[in-house]
Amino acid sequence: MSGSIQDTFFEECEELLEATDEGLTAIEGGDHDSEVVNAIFRAVHSIKGGAGAFGLDDLVAFAHRFETVFDEVRSNRLDLDEKLIQLLLRSSDHLSALVEVARDGGQVDEAHHDTLLAALDEYIPEEEEDLTFEPMGLGGPAPMMDLGDLGGAPAEPQEETYRIRFQPLKEMYGTGNEPFFLFQALKDLGELTVTMDENELPGFDAMDMAEAYLAWDLVLVTKETRSKVEAVFEFVEGLCELSIEGDGDAEAEANALAALDAMFSAPPAAETPEPDAGSAVPFEPPVPAPEPEAKPAAAEEKASAPKAESGKQEQRGGPKPTLRVELERVDRLINAVGELIINHSMLAQQIANLNVSDTRDVETELEGFKNLARDIQEGVMAIRAQPVKPLFQRMARIVREASAATGKTCKLVTEGENTEVDKTVIERLSDPLTHILRNAVDHGIEKPEDRESAGKAKTGEIRLSASHRSGSVCIEIKDDGAGVNRPRVKQIAIEKGLIPENAELTDGEIDNLLFAPGFSTAREISNLSGRGVGMDVVKNAVTGLGGRINISSAPGKGSTFTIILPLTLAVMDGMVVSVADQTMVVPITSIVETMRGSDDMINSLGADGTLLSIRGNFVPICDVAGGLGLYRESEQQAGVYLLVETETGQRCALAVDDIHDQRQVVIKSLDGVCGDIPGVAAATILGDGKIAMILDPESIIAASPTAAAFDTERRMSNAS
Amino acid sequence: MKTKVLAIDDSRTIRNLLAATLEEAGFEYHCAVDGREGVDMYPDVDPDVVITDINMPNLDGFGVIEELRGTGINSKVPILVLTTESAPELKARARGAGATGWITKPFDDASLIFALKRVTGAAA
Repeated sequence: MSGSIQDTFFEECEELLEATDEGLTAIEGGDHDSEVVNAIFRAVHSIKGGAGAFGLDDLVAFAHRFETVFDEVRSNRLDLDEKLIQLLLRSSDHLSALVEVARDGGQVDEAHHDTLLAALDEYIPEEEEDLTFEPMGLGGPAPMMDLGDLGGAPAEPQEETYRIRFQPLKEMYGTGNEPFFLFQALKDLGELTVTMDENELPGFDAMDMAEAYLAWDLVLVTKETRSKVEAVFEFVEGLCELSIEGDGDAEAEANALAALDAMFSAPPAAETPEPDAGSAVPFEPPVPAPEPEAKPAAAEEKASAPKAESGKQEQRGGPKPTLRVELERVDRLINAVGELIINHSMLAQQIANLNVSDTRDVETELEGFKNLARDIQEGVMAIRAQPVKPLFQRMARIVREASAATGKTCKLVTEGENTEVDKTVIERLSDPLTHILRNAVDHGIEKPEDRESAGKAKTGEIRLSASHRSGSVCIEIKDDGAGVNRPRVKQIAIEKGLIPENAELTDGEIDNLLFAPGFSTAREISNLSGRGVGMDVVKNAVTGLGGRINISSAPGKGSTFTIILPLTLAVMDGMVVSVADQTMVVPITSIVETMRGSDDMINSLGADGTLLSIRGNFVPICDVAGGLGLYRESEQQAGVYLLVETETGQRCALAVDDIHDQRQVVIKSLDGVCGDIPGVAAATILGDGKIAMILDPESIIAASPTAAAFDTERRMSNAS
Repeated sequence: MKTKVLAIDDSRTIRNLLAATLEEAGFEYHCAVDGREGVDMYPDVDPDVVITDINMPNLDGFGVIEELRGTGINSKVPILVLTTESAPELKARARGAGATGWITKPFDDASLIFALKRVTGAAA
């Protein structure tokens, strides 16, 4: 992660946008407290300030209008009515879009941009509106500008002698301005002679310490422009009597005018300060804030433990002190812990190999080692864990946009926002969630008039919730719309050849057809929920995270998507098995049951397919070795079956040679090591130092002809 | 002796920008994340100049100036106000509170250093 200041700016923007969203949501909910309004004002103001530093003019201009309207609100000159709140919400969304464009490139929706600007302008009184057109930092002659840069004015700079009379008023001394420093600044411009005029200094007895008696006569010979000289006295303007006379004042004036012209035709001071590699390290206060409220409201709690805090950690008091750490350092730590766990299993194995008769003491210590390693692992995972709140807040925006685009009215209700999930999971969850929510608005929620005639509230409700469930994270998206239109879904699936025409499917099976590749129920592809992108993409994203997704639906009442995700992507519980003399790992989460098979349990199906009979039910057998293209050298045959269930409810028995162990394994990605191997999800290192592949049961079953044949047969027989 | 700057701004971006410019130019840089922290840090840092933002939580820039000037901690230390607006009334209000000068955001390195030069005499 680069530490450049611009990166910091965009990071900060995320936080500020969250704060803005949060505040607006509170306002929408009826909380018009002045502190809420102030917090939003500050957040937008900070975005503007930062954006200005990087010359992001569109962002600056929009943030400025937005902020100006808020200024009106906080000065009680504007009432927060429903119409204004909706405008502010849309403006906040647009501000996010502008930040995104500034960061990632792309196009702003110009028409939308202009519409919002115009709408905001309506709330800005006339005289303030003028301000918005004043380029920032260029109010008036902008004496703060480094006019030296404007030497491009046609005239060759001439040496000029200025006679300056400077007589401070007593008010000047209360502002911390010191004549001496001003003279030093003048001296930088050229040759300076200073004469102090103490004529007005009264006798010692008559002297008033608070009064100003001294004046100075200065002679400056410089090639700099007059405005540059005047700029030195900018801070004391009105606090002193000042006269500046040049030798060739006419000429000097021409110079100054040329400089001013140049200034107004030149772009505003938009050049980005060179982010110097050496000094670009994000700088934080060396001392952590002693009081909790001394932190910006947007500061997040990054390092709180997920277990103790999850779910119930509602905003209490102020945010805790935090420590900002580079992600890379945390990841290095996670890797080290992974190695530690591997190291533990190696150690355990070696001790077992020693053939020592009494290993009880060693085992006790080893157990302690294991527990400590697990503690460290959980601690490190907690560092990577982040609340889903920012993600959920972004989703509120998606729902608003989707509602506006479809002409429906819906609101998003979120629950369990403080549930913490691994950072990477949160990042990769954004797209699938967006898709599901857009779908929910587009296809799930009915039009307001349809809802009314169905006896429902006009406003549709989508409930987005997160919770921890026995070692995994559960994200639920529940809408109160029309539910899955099952006859229609089935018809499409038949049209697209996904299922045979006479297939008899359970309701659940029909609902799950939504996840089939290339499935899209929209009669015409709406440009909202994606151009032909189906829910299969969502499903792939979720399974890519090692998770599962399910849908349940009740006609007329709505649908619920449930996403179950692992707490971490780094470690998982696996069953260690051997397949054709190789050791492999099967994720525990996908295994329903394991059994040792006998010959009488095996029945044949077709030419070379086999079925396993379990308590009267037939399940296709899928030989893992065959599926992976492995050949057994030894005599041993696959005799152990792992019963697994796929997302669609299809059951299959994975045939392996033997089961060795059930343990936690560290997941090592194969990305970049070798290409995509069907049936293999990742790799791990076992206690004996050997590398073992982590299998992906879903793809093994998908590739198995027996399973496919059986599945078709099952559907056909259901149909008849 | 390096010139000590205490910068008070709730924006991390602005703090980083100030840090980068000032440290590069040889100033000793300290910062606070809001007005309250700035005023609290003041005695320990004992800066040669204070740069403060206006819009901040807990205590705003005007509050910082008033407290620094009013509590007699130091009525002499130069205080520069960071502002996005170059509106005269804002400057007047800052000056009324006792500010020494102002820096308009967005600032470039040269104008920042020039402002510091005029109130501390130091280019670093």
